[in-house]
Amino acid sequence: MAEVSLRKVVKRYEDVEAVRGIDLDIADHEFIVLVGPSGCGKSTTLRMIAGLEDITDGDITIGGDVVNDVPPKDRDIAMVFQNYALYPHMTVAENMSFGLRLKRYPKAEITARVTEAARLLDITDLIDRKPKQLSGGQRQRVAMGRAIVRNPKVFLFDEPLSNLDAKLRVQMRIEIKKVHQKVRTTTVYVTHDQVEAMTLADRVVVMNKGRIEQIGTPNELYHKPATRFVAGFIGSPAMNFIPCRLEEAGDRLNIRLTDRIAFPIPPARAAHFKNTLRNERLLLGIRPEHIAEARPHSEPGIEPFDAVLDVTEPMGMETLVYFTLEGAQICGRVNPNAGARDGAPIRLAVDLNNMHLLNETNGVVLGRP
Amino acid sequence: MSTLAIDKAGPSRKIKYGSMSRDRAWALRWSYFFLILFAVFSLTPPVYMLITSLKSSAEIGAATNPWWVFHPTLSNYVELLTSNQFLRFFWNSTIVSIVVVVVTMLISIPAAFALARMKFWGSATLATGVFLTYLIPDSLLFIPLFKMLAVVQDLTGITLLNRWYVLLFIYPTLTVPFCTWIMIGYFASIPKELDEAAIIDGASWLQTLIRIFIPVALPGLIAATIFAFTVSWAQFLYPLVLTTSVDQLVLPVGITTTLIKGDVFNWGQIMTGALLGAAPPLIIYAFLMDYYIAGLTAGATKG
Repeated sequence: MAEVSLRKVVKRYEDVEAVRGIDLDIADHEFIVLVGPSGCGKSTTLRMIAGLEDITDGDITIGGDVVNDVPPKDRDIAMVFQNYALYPHMTVAENMSFGLRLKRYPKAEITARVTEAARLLDITDLIDRKPKQLSGGQRQRVAMGRAIVRNPKVFLFDEPLSNLDAKLRVQMRIEIKKVHQKVRTTTVYVTHDQVEAMTLADRVVVMNKGRIEQIGTPNELYHKPATRFVAGFIGSPAMNFIPCRLEEAGDRLNIRLTDRIAFPIPPARAAHFKNTLRNERLLLGIRPEHIAEARPHSEPGIEPFDAVLDVTEPMGMETLVYFTLEGAQICGRVNPNAGARDGAPIRLAVDLNNMHLLNETNGVVLGRP
Repeated sequence: MSTLAIDKAGPSRKIKYGSMSRDRAWALRWSYFFLILFAVFSLTPPVYMLITSLKSSAEIGAATNPWWVFHPTLSNYVELLTSNQFLRFFWNSTIVSIVVVVVTMLISIPAAFALARMKFWGSATLATGVFLTYLIPDSLLFIPLFKMLAVVQDLTGITLLNRWYVLLFIYPTLTVPFCTWIMIGYFASIPKELDEAAIIDGASWLQTLIRIFIPVALPGLIAATIFAFTVSWAQFLYPLVLTTSVDQLVLPVGITTTLIKGDVFNWGQIMTGALLGAAPPLIIYAFLMDYYIAGLTAGATKG
């Protein structure tokens, strides 16, 4: 068990900078998820922690020791790969014990550890099979077993669930979380799936173009995103962004979306934007769940407006509605009984108590504490 | 090989595919037609050799039907198998081929592993270069090689010319480039994560090669072994040039030089010798081919 930290870590290939100076502190026992679109440098970062890629600049420490030039086998880490990377000619037991056998552990201890890991992962019956005789989910369990038996300081997961079908992915996600709760090993997990990131992580690291956009707990990222990238990346369907301006209306502050549509900002929120320039080009960020059907009686901060729906997507527990405002497509989530139909007008309401205001030019979310 | 293909196609005929079955039936008929054609084409010479080897010299010379044996005799076989000379050729060929296969594998496998996996300066160029050397024909090389060996022999005083063991240095120039090339292909097809997993598990490069790459690439390794053995066993030009004394000859050269005296062709014994000489590769093929195909098709049913 150990903490991991990255200090100004840079990875430069011949002419591309894949990772551009990352600072990250991972606490002992913590489950950290690196998430971001493909090419954001998350896998490279993981591989640098593993020692599979050299570090161009900066320092990586595991358990307090700088491991920049330590080969992977001496870093005391275990890695689970996207394509499982099981040794095809070995049985499940041999796959799991390979690392221990190389280190010449006593036979009895190897057997004990493999049995224990197999029990933990519920693969005791498969122990004598070859990887080819296993399903995708079973292979992934074996790959995790291979990591667990080594009892390493750090687990590294590189998109381990991407090769599984949707249903199995959900199941294995829970499995991984259970395993982590039992073994409590410091874990760095890479994925491009924000749902996986949100559900698994103690803290999520959102990466973009080789930089860290934001580090935070899943709820922090969701409710208090720091940048437009994070706001748009976390959450599905994604947050709506509507061009807007701030406008003084007596002692209150209005947010003007179009010539015809302007909403008063709730006073609690408005306080954050006192210093924001009135003519600046801004974006109103509002999550789909904060655009719902209008209620008969008014509530503070919830402003009704009329829209004509382009498309509706019934999801069962809710219906997603899409409409256009000033050329921007907006998504809302309404009650399935609200009578939303393709092409039909509907009275919706936006909950401005949960609004975000962003600088359109640099994408920074304004008024964060 | 063709017989194997027919065996494999056999059971699939029982499967019905509805409207596809008519197309299938025709496809099968055509494939059988061509398979039989090729089988006849490639089996005729060995069959003729077998027939001739069972005839006495008198019957070969007589104007009878050449495709039939009227007075079968094993005298050619008895004569060859009891002749020390022939057994000597056989022994020379065996030693040379086995040692060459071992030497080839010892060089090719690590070379292919290095070229496929350890990215170093010029590794890609080197890999192409390895293959290009294979493309230079031996008919172009044998005179310079002879000259080189003569020079080395003069300088060092070690007898190289007219010695069977010199072939141990010469044959690998043919087998190593091609085997390395085959192995590079096989090693390159192994997912990179597999050696990364091994490295993280604590394996050194050598352990990764021996405990992961060689077992996983075994079908390719066997293909390369078969190739190296066949090339060594059948090589004619180099031993013809480099060895002349009867006790230094390998089988292909031995048969042609000792059984053809002037314009007298001892056809019965030539055919017998050639047939016996073809036996070891055939046996090796038959044994390894099953293993080879098993290796190729294992797990093919499940991704």
